[in-house]
Amino acid sequence: MNTAVLILPTTPRSRSYWTVVGRHVLRDPVTMLSALVLLLIIAAAVFAPWLAPADPYKASMLRRLLPIGSSGFLLGTDELGRDMISRLMYGGRLSLLMGVLPVLIAFGIGTSVGLVAGYVGGKVNMVIMRTLDVFYAFPSVLLAVAISGALGPGMSNSLIALTLVFVPQVVRVAESVTTQVRKLDYIDAARMSGAGALSIIRVHVLGNVLGPVFVYATGLISVSMILASGLSFLGLGVKPPEAEWGLMLNTLRSAIYLNPWVAALPGAMIFITSMAFNLLADGVRSAMELKR
Amino acid sequence: MISMDRGGPAQPLLLVRELRKFFKVRGGLFEREKRQVRAVDGVSFNVAKGETLGIVGESGCGKSTTARLIARLMSPDSGELIFDGDGVGQFGGMALKDFRRNLQMVFQDSFASLNPRLTMLETVAYGPQVHGVPKAEAWARAEALLARVGLAPEHFGTRYPHELSGGQRQRVNIARALAFEPRLLILDEAVAALDKSVQAQVLNLLQELKAERHLTYVFISHDLHVVHYLADRVMVMYLGQVVEIGPVKQLYEAPRHPYTRALLSAVPSMDPAHRTERSPLSGDPPNPINPPSGCRFRDRCPLAHARCAVEMPLLRETTPGHLAACHLDELP
Repeated sequence: MNTAVLILPTTPRSRSYWTVVGRHVLRDPVTMLSALVLLLIIAAAVFAPWLAPADPYKASMLRRLLPIGSSGFLLGTDELGRDMISRLMYGGRLSLLMGVLPVLIAFGIGTSVGLVAGYVGGKVNMVIMRTLDVFYAFPSVLLAVAISGALGPGMSNSLIALTLVFVPQVVRVAESVTTQVRKLDYIDAARMSGAGALSIIRVHVLGNVLGPVFVYATGLISVSMILASGLSFLGLGVKPPEAEWGLMLNTLRSAIYLNPWVAALPGAMIFITSMAFNLLADGVRSAMELKR
Repeated sequence: MISMDRGGPAQPLLLVRELRKFFKVRGGLFEREKRQVRAVDGVSFNVAKGETLGIVGESGCGKSTTARLIARLMSPDSGELIFDGDGVGQFGGMALKDFRRNLQMVFQDSFASLNPRLTMLETVAYGPQVHGVPKAEAWARAEALLARVGLAPEHFGTRYPHELSGGQRQRVNIARALAFEPRLLILDEAVAALDKSVQAQVLNLLQELKAERHLTYVFISHDLHVVHYLADRVMVMYLGQVVEIGPVKQLYEAPRHPYTRALLSAVPSMDPAHRTERSPLSGDPPNPINPPSGCRFRDRCPLAHARCAVEMPLLRETTPGHLAACHLDELP
């Protein structure tokens, strides 16, 4: 048999930084599993009206707190006899929204402010960063509760509260990455070519700052979900009978001795979803550090 | 283009006068005294048209700061630059933007000086595009430049920095610097990070480009062999000041300043019979925050005498074109 291997003089296709990162992520089983789990949860939430087996708001005194695996109610029922699996699917809509939306807004605001602070530097940087340091004096949970409490209960108010909690954190990361990038020689080379600050930021700074900040923000989604659930739990967020994981956890609290498994379900959903977001962010971050 | 010879060959391309840059050192909260690092302290020199001026010195002597001050990546505390007869940034002189078109810089770190998110063609074409050259034309120019520095544009043009070797990246940096057809190129340790064999190739490329495009180089290096090979004149810096400047042959064969002598004797000789055993310089350079009084080199100078502690020696012409700053030169 002919065992000789023919090596063709191939020209390897040029791969951008993100192609390399993408390859590493695809080879990482933990990250891929987290992505898959997230995809399933998001799909279940988005398509809840079509997928849910029952009406999530239809209560019945006759079938309260059915255990997991009851016929017709796969994951049992809650303290008002509402179908758990449907409520969990519908609850995912609000919980995911409360997880993603504040982080997304904070990402937009925080990156812009951080870029300005990092690129301009000097006194501007000092004023911006020291002002934001005030927010750091409080633990984020306390800050969220305080702002939310001051604004009053309701979903939009807790969205605002969470956004305010995350803005300083995103600014800090964006500022430090920008400061690092700014010192690199290619920025000096761009300045030598006579480019203006806006052009340099757009072409040379932004592309190198967005990645790390975005990954950091992905890690914040889990925190946001937990904080949002916490606010709902305390009665500052979503109001009953709305389905939301944190609120469900609160209302099922009284049933924890009667039917602990059902009562734990919303908590498990929060745990799994935030873990998945965290592991995904970690995976992408380590893939990004591979090749520099 | 605007890169036009105005003053004729006799007029220096660049005159640097009394360039000065002090960095403030942040003291503690209760520290009353404000301390300063005298990074560049009254540096003056000329760069003639078409020559290569080598700048040598230990790390921390202000070579790179001088380069950045000339390139106006930093603004000097005082001093002036005169480019082909026009004061840079002065009233009635040359605008900073025009000056920058005439002067480009190649940095030491070939990787840090390339944006990791841009392909090689994008990097080279960026500068001309900023100056309003249409995209197609800028790209054509970039392709021609890449080809000129020895990188086939169809093969390397769409690549990213991490896919290239150090030598290839430095060629791209040179191509980018040439995109404006500058007259003066500052090479700040541009070949220091490369392997010896690659270094030689890049140096030869630089020599070719210089002849072909009538360039003038300011070549900053700590490698005395490379400077000897490339430079027409050499300037030696010590703690932010010029201690000696002169034609390369004269300076290497008959150095006037004790520091230059020490530097040159520290170079490993290619001839085993001429290897020295003793180390010519002991200790580190003194702290530039508190430089010694008088001559800054006196702490480490084997020939220091009483006058050196009192009076700062000035640059003085010893033989035509050869200047040194040492009191011993006055002795008969």
